[in-house]
Amino acid sequence: MMNINEKRREWEEKCLKPWLQKAGQREEKFETLSGIEIKTVYDPADIQHIDFIRDIGYPGEFPYTRGVYPNMYRGRLWTMRQFSGFGTAEDTNRRWKMLLEEGETGLSTAFDFPTLMGIDSDDPLADGEVGKVGVAVDTLRDFEILFDGIPLDQVSTSFTINPPAGIILAMYVAIAEKQGVPKEKIRGTIQNDMLKEFHAQNTLVLPPEPSLKIIVDIFEWGIEHVPKFNLISISGYHIREAGSTAVQELAFTIADGMAYVEAAIERGIDIDRLAPQLSFFFNSHNDFFEEIAKFRAARRMWAKIMRDEYGAKNPRSWWLKFHTQTAGCSLTAQQPLNNIVRTTIQALAAVLGGTQSLHTNSFDEAWALPSEEAVRVALRTQQIIAYESGIPNVVDPLAGSYYVEWLTDKMEKLAWKYIEDIRKMGDGSMLRGVLRGIENGFFVREISDAAARYQREVEEGRRIVVGVNKFTIEEELKIPILKVDPEVQRRQIERLRKVKAERDNEAVKEALEWLRSAAENDENVMPPIMEAVKCYATIGEIMGVLKEVYGTYKKPIII
Amino acid sequence: MKVEEIVKGLLSGNRRALARAITYVENEYPESKEIMKQIFPKTGKAHVVGLTGFPGVGKSTLVSKLTEEFRRRGKKVGIIAIDPGSPFTGGALLGDRLRLDGMDSRKALWTDPGIFFRSMSSRGRAGGLAAKTGDVVRLLDAFGFDVILVETVGAGQSEVDIIEVADTSVVVMMPETGDEIQVNKAGILEIGDIYVVNKADLGGAEKVERWLKYMLSLDEEGVQMLSQMTHADEAKVASGEFFERRKGWSPPVIKTVADRGEGIKELADAIEEHFEYMKRTGLIEKRRRERVKKELFEIVMNEVIKLVKEKSNYKEQIMRLLKGETDPYTAAEQIVEEVIHNADKR
Amino acid sequence: MEKKIRVLVAKVGLDGHDRGAKVLARFLRDSGFEVIYTGLHRTPQEVAMAAVDEDVDVVGISLHSGAHLALVPKVINYIREYGGNPDEMLILVGGVIPTDDIVELKKMGVDEVFIPGTPISEIVEFIKKKLPEKRMKNEG
Repeated sequence: MMNINEKRREWEEKCLKPWLQKAGQREEKFETLSGIEIKTVYDPADIQHIDFIRDIGYPGEFPYTRGVYPNMYRGRLWTMRQFSGFGTAEDTNRRWKMLLEEGETGLSTAFDFPTLMGIDSDDPLADGEVGKVGVAVDTLRDFEILFDGIPLDQVSTSFTINPPAGIILAMYVAIAEKQGVPKEKIRGTIQNDMLKEFHAQNTLVLPPEPSLKIIVDIFEWGIEHVPKFNLISISGYHIREAGSTAVQELAFTIADGMAYVEAAIERGIDIDRLAPQLSFFFNSHNDFFEEIAKFRAARRMWAKIMRDEYGAKNPRSWWLKFHTQTAGCSLTAQQPLNNIVRTTIQALAAVLGGTQSLHTNSFDEAWALPSEEAVRVALRTQQIIAYESGIPNVVDPLAGSYYVEWLTDKMEKLAWKYIEDIRKMGDGSMLRGVLRGIENGFFVREISDAAARYQREVEEGRRIVVGVNKFTIEEELKIPILKVDPEVQRRQIERLRKVKAERDNEAVKEALEWLRSAAENDENVMPPIMEAVKCYATIGEIMGVLKEVYGTYKKPIII
Repeated sequence: MKVEEIVKGLLSGNRRALARAITYVENEYPESKEIMKQIFPKTGKAHVVGLTGFPGVGKSTLVSKLTEEFRRRGKKVGIIAIDPGSPFTGGALLGDRLRLDGMDSRKALWTDPGIFFRSMSSRGRAGGLAAKTGDVVRLLDAFGFDVILVETVGAGQSEVDIIEVADTSVVVMMPETGDEIQVNKAGILEIGDIYVVNKADLGGAEKVERWLKYMLSLDEEGVQMLSQMTHADEAKVASGEFFERRKGWSPPVIKTVADRGEGIKELADAIEEHFEYMKRTGLIEKRRRERVKKELFEIVMNEVIKLVKEKSNYKEQIMRLLKGETDPYTAAEQIVEEVIHNADKR
Repeated sequence: MEKKIRVLVAKVGLDGHDRGAKVLARFLRDSGFEVIYTGLHRTPQEVAMAAVDEDVDVVGISLHSGAHLALVPKVINYIREYGGNPDEMLILVGGVIPTDDIVELKKMGVDEVFIPGTPISEIVEFIKKKLPEKRMKNEG
């Protein structure tokens, strides 16, 4: 190492310095998107504190820095799972079938805002929003249509749903039953991550404590009934979209994960039974190497946390499995074809970072829901990386890179600092710390400050966004956009009316009464939700009961 | 909008006229004086309640809950929320209008015709804030609100200011867990008719409650000693105002958890009781007299200063002072004479 | 004393994306405006009432939910219903709005639509220039 340090100093003096004096450099200093200062070049001396066996190791083994499976994509490629949904269940079913034909290997459901917020399509607050950003689901009937012709023992389905996550899970289980597929076999994910809603995404219905209670109910019920189903997708994607840095995304996501684990432990759930059904969801943004380092750091941190802090014994409990979506907030409305390039770089980072499944954005997604053509290109992006680039054929090829290992380690350290701050807020408990942080606006403020900083950089031209503040053209912003048929709302309301008229309303009433009693008596709410769903109770009715028992939440305004 | 339109509209319950009148008065449009002159006779009915406290104690939530409670009691409520403006840019983030309990709550505070919420920036004019707020309060009073809540960010001067404006002043505090009570400064003890310990579910609530109750029970000597130790606003204490406020009225200390609506009824009761007490003892007239007197002097002072600027050669005098050709007292005498002399000519 | 321009930054409907609205609120404050931010999940009635009671000069509606054609005209109509005059204020919309819809919105009375990527300085300049213009036109 001595020689290397000497050699470096010599290089800096004799080679770099004179060069800089002659030719200068583009910026005064260089930073990652998160603000981590980076040097001109990295060498073995930068990573001498990193021990190969302890910190890097081999894939499929603690600390899993290089991947959760021993041979990663040589065994199986990541799941190509395009987030999609709009209009009515028929519309979405059609799009799904097309995607499956085009080579998608997993389904991912986008719901409309009323569904996300737990209200029905005929609610006055839903007016104008039905079927716009995702599929409208009110009752089990919609699910029957949604999954028509789609065998649940052959696909895995992801559901981006949070306050009504338990209801959606119950609907999926009910469909499996109708199809004759044992629920022990169904695979998929419900996002079910309320903590990040309070930090960033704002799909808020119930207050924090009851929201957490229901999530743990779902854990408790899920490990018994749907052992192959991911009961949560602990998300950093939305935190990043709200404007956080990559370090914050990493830290807050891991912190949330710890909070959920502690909540489960408090309930008495065996951590080794639950952990394999936990999954994560990250953003993949523009700073290529920072994103790769982030994914690797995440795996290493989680492994250490699960094994050493929470004492999980089962190695499967130490795995951080994650889905990635390329950064929506990086897409521009100007010169939209450029977005294909951005998405490609971001997808590459996710693959080099070892993601388990991936959604690539469509280039017109800045405007509206993606058109068929744009979705196809997005999918092809993944397929070209998978089949033509050779990248999946070696596991964690960037390991050992002086820069990447240094950056992975650096991000881990910065994230740990945040985690310790949150722990202090909770007097030693991550769960209390995260809840306190929600209460006092800690997360919201951090994210908001980062967002404002970024915007200032863009406005002042210090951060270039190609096509927006540099390399702009006079353009007529016109792309083939997918518009949602305004008839959708009317059709959906009609269907809902019909379901309500034809169902056994007595049975629905009883089921809702059971739910109310369970909620009031602090029992697990999943069994009554399961019952209510099968009777064709609506999402609005079920959430309505929960709102009455637990109250509704209004977020304090912190700008 | 013309003055007649505004005044007529305001006095007959037109919200837009009220909103417009507030804008005129806030920005000192030429019409504002006339408006104030015309509505003044219609004022004096409302109960003006000032709320202050450091940032983060939960005033906004408290104000929302109190508003709901007063509405339940059939009262119409006007609210003025004063936020600090940026001294650099002059801009302001006026924040946190009424909190609803969640998205589809049936309470509909924002569209309740019996509630009016107005955000105001203090625009770094800590001194003159009282007069401006006082005028806006009068507009709401003339409009017909029964209770007017004035919420300020208490960080020193503003606390003193709301006393100028309010009949009842409520000081909101928060639990503290340290060894020392942090808040025993800035004249907190002198200005409150009612004290609230919000977020009372947190540790340290009892401590603050006990401290407050103890402090508020001290006699004159005790307070003198205390103010010497804590550098509290001695002028207020010396003037006897501290004890005036306490004659016959023992400021209650009320614990609340505003988020959950706990303690709100008790607080509303205390506020109403204080109002009754003031009316019963004639204290309300006394306070209003003091207030009007202060305001009058403030306005007169503003007029005088305007006159000095318009009708005197004060700039010359300043130059002479700098050159040592005169002294401040002589200069002042001459300026006053000149103003009077020129004023006669008006 | 110069009257500060009062801006209501509003989030209408179920959309929970507030990054743009919050960043805008900060920058407007830094540009010397008085900004009132409504927070999330407001109904058109609530936004309109706030616009009238706060006597704002500009109403800025931020939407990323695709519901703009339904919600924005409601806000404008409620402002009128509550006694306000939309012709005296600037009505601005910000968000992911397709070109065809921009034309529609302007027909409904929206003064300008700002899509993502618009520099905030542009919005500030627009307000400073167009507000007095619109007011003069309205008086004339």
